Amino acid sequence: MNLRTLAGILLTLCLALLPLVAGPYWISVCVNVGLYALLGLSLNVILGQAGIFHMGHAAFYAVGAYTTAILNTLYQWPIFAAMPVAGAVAALVAVAVARPIIHLRGDYLLIVTIGIVEIVRIALLNDVGGYTGGSNGIFGIARPNFFGFKIVKTVHFYYLVWGMVAVSILLFYGLWRSRYGRALNYIKEDDVAAEGCGVHVTSYKLSAFVLGAFWAGMAGTLYAAQMTTITPESFNFMESVIIFAVVILSGGSILGVLVSAFLFIGLPELLREFSNARMLIFGLAMMLMMIWRPQGLLPPRPRRYHVADSGSGAGGASAGGAA
Amino acid sequence: MEQFFQQLLNGLAVGGIYALVALGYTMVYGVLKLINFAHGDLFTIGAYLGLTLLVSCNLSGLLGPAAAVLAVFVMVGLLVAILGCLLERTAYRPLRKANRLSAVVSALGASIFFQNAVMLIYGARFYVYPDYLRPDFTVSLFGMAVPGVRLMVIAASVLLMLALWAFIQRTRTGAAIRAVAIDQGAARLMGINVNRVISLVFFIGPGLGGAAGLMVGIYYGQIDFTMGWSYGLKAFTAAILGGIGNIPGAMLGGLLLGVIEALAAGYIAIAWKDAIAFLVLILILIIRPTGILGERTADKL
Amino acid sequence: MSLLELHEVSKLFGGLVALNELSFSVEEGSVVGLIGPNGAGKTTVFNCITGNYRPEHGRISFAGRNVTGLRPHALVKLGIARTFQSIRLFGRLPVLENVLAGRHCRLKSGLLASMLHTPAQRREEREAVRRCMEELEFVGLAGHHAEEAGSLSYGNQRLLEIARALASDPHLLILDEPAGGMNDQETVALIDLISAIRDRGITVLLIEHDMRLVMRICEKLVVLENGCLIAQGEPAVVRANPAVIEAYLGAESEVW
Repeated sequence: MNLRTLAGILLTLCLALLPLVAGPYWISVCVNVGLYALLGLSLNVILGQAGIFHMGHAAFYAVGAYTTAILNTLYQWPIFAAMPVAGAVAALVAVAVARPIIHLRGDYLLIVTIGIVEIVRIALLNDVGGYTGGSNGIFGIARPNFFGFKIVKTVHFYYLVWGMVAVSILLFYGLWRSRYGRALNYIKEDDVAAEGCGVHVTSYKLSAFVLGAFWAGMAGTLYAAQMTTITPESFNFMESVIIFAVVILSGGSILGVLVSAFLFIGLPELLREFSNARMLIFGLAMMLMMIWRPQGLLPPRPRRYHVADSGSGAGGASAGGAA
Repeated sequence: MEQFFQQLLNGLAVGGIYALVALGYTMVYGVLKLINFAHGDLFTIGAYLGLTLLVSCNLSGLLGPAAAVLAVFVMVGLLVAILGCLLERTAYRPLRKANRLSAVVSALGASIFFQNAVMLIYGARFYVYPDYLRPDFTVSLFGMAVPGVRLMVIAASVLLMLALWAFIQRTRTGAAIRAVAIDQGAARLMGINVNRVISLVFFIGPGLGGAAGLMVGIYYGQIDFTMGWSYGLKAFTAAILGGIGNIPGAMLGGLLLGVIEALAAGYIAIAWKDAIAFLVLILILIIRPTGILGERTADKL
Repeated sequence: MSLLELHEVSKLFGGLVALNELSFSVEEGSVVGLIGPNGAGKTTVFNCITGNYRPEHGRISFAGRNVTGLRPHALVKLGIARTFQSIRLFGRLPVLENVLAGRHCRLKSGLLASMLHTPAQRREEREAVRRCMEELEFVGLAGHHAEEAGSLSYGNQRLLEIARALASDPHLLILDEPAGGMNDQETVALIDLISAIRDRGITVLLIEHDMRLVMRICEKLVVLENGCLIAQGEPAVVRANPAVIEAYLGAESEVW
């Protein structure tokens, strides 16, 4: 068993048993970490795997949260029924905005995605359509009900959020280890070569974007249900920056995203005793961590393939020597 | 019609400030392909330093408002420029060979650091530039009364831009900067000290940004520690709008963005002006994917 | 009917005419060489055929179908695979995954199947890996399958690009200077490899400066100069053509 698998198992055990030892405060911090892990995992598909410079993930998070809030408070939809719809609405917004801009290069795409966060936030602030409640946001969102079990306590949310993280890890790991995940990596490495090999670059970029947005939308549902009150300021540019930094620091692997989410969300909590200087140290830590590990904490290892040993050396036209 | 011209001039004044800040983004991008997200906060620091020198150090009392503003303009530019160089040395140089996005995260960290440093030093409240620092004459232009400070801001930013343009185009050092922007490796082989050029760019860009911070203080009379985020984002938008890495592009993008915003605020709704600015950016990029003056590089195959 | 036909294809860059009403055809099962001095527009022809450039005028048809202006990925799916003059491998990915990139367009698993690793998806993956290993075997790189592509020698990188192209089941393989950067020994092996590719029933169109290679394996040559066709036909005939001799004379130290 290698080190990384061991670390994964240990982390799972710790997370499963944490509520037994931690107080409510730290459990709520870990709920928050779980939400950022979800956001990080979904952004990782876009930014880490496909290499699309996307710094506007909070926009889709916001769309999901607001969709949930509106469906729940205005139309009395249960939270879990609203969840797929929230994801779908976020995905639809992603299609609409990404379709015309997905071909933009690196930094041009970066500012456009930042612009999207700002446009969404301003639209929410200005109470677009009379549904979003302006700067007051929406309050009175109901607690979710899981087959008759009402999820109220922080510890319930803890298991809900981390359960969702676990499911996401399995799905995204599967995705990474498939032709789909490979195609995203080809695009990140060299999009011209990828297209030349037969990968439909635009459609893969777009679908990565939409998948990430769908997941962020569902994370938004969990956020809305946990907070019961949401305001536009919860989804500002700074949120996007944190999610972006979580993914870059992670190095692009799933375990890396988890560790990185703990560092980014947990660290400011540990720094609480520095009160005002907390964010100052946080900024400094961000710089130091990148200088310390420019490639990120845990870059993904190469995928493994079962290669049948067919006695190589047969029928080679070149003088390809032994490895 | 009068309203239109007033908004236009206001837009040019704000746009000039955006352009000065945008130049810092675009020059750094030109030589390092890095988006210096801390640049907006260097601009904030310029605004605060200006206030400290003028009021707390009582330079305006010693020299009189006009001379003091001029002197402080230069001092702020120099101080922020030095800070910019230090920033490059500590936060970016170790990451020069790393993945570009790692340097971007380091820049974001630097931005958070500076913003909170300003907050810790000065406090979280906003500050007011005293009225007597603002030139309070008005100029009659085509029968309209135009505030003198507006014209002076426009004039100052245009002068700085022209000076920069001349420096980049007419001097040997300027040529070195252009060479490094085109091809670092080739520039090094030609005997150009690339590190020195990069330091210089991190001197000029933040210098202009710091000076722009002082101009905002004098023009609007009010500053706060988060202003770097919004101005920085706008200036970055302006740099992209013009075509990032392109110096005239940043100037044009800044002025254009200022005017678009002013007109949107005047004719549509002030609450939506930022959203409209971004919307225009997106529309322009859909039509011209590399900005207005950006080169349309074909894929090398 | 020819497999590939170019009919009066023109390509402009700004005001510059890179290709001027170029027409030629490639018969099924043949090996055709596209030659000409540097800057004659050879790679531009390739980029038009593979969809990287869109010609301003003219028509390109492949297997009887008009394919002018299709995107590169669509052309790969139709059966046109290419290699690049400046090697474009996915340098940080393993050799095997580079070949799998070529196989990509023949695989069908969608997003959900990929996430869930359904039995059909697993079967397809196993089959794809097996097939790609065969292609690596074919070019002689099977022993390197787990290495980073960027760590291969120059000659082996060229072979890997060929394996990647072959993995997409092409009818037409387009090779842009396959012997570029290879030593003599490697070039000789490459000649055998190209004949083996033809023996598999794959049509080959190649650009090459190494005239020994061209003369030995091409059944037909197409000669370009300044974007215009100046000669085409059997190698021996083309070689004696005065216009061709004129175009090459002094231009380069080509060995005929």
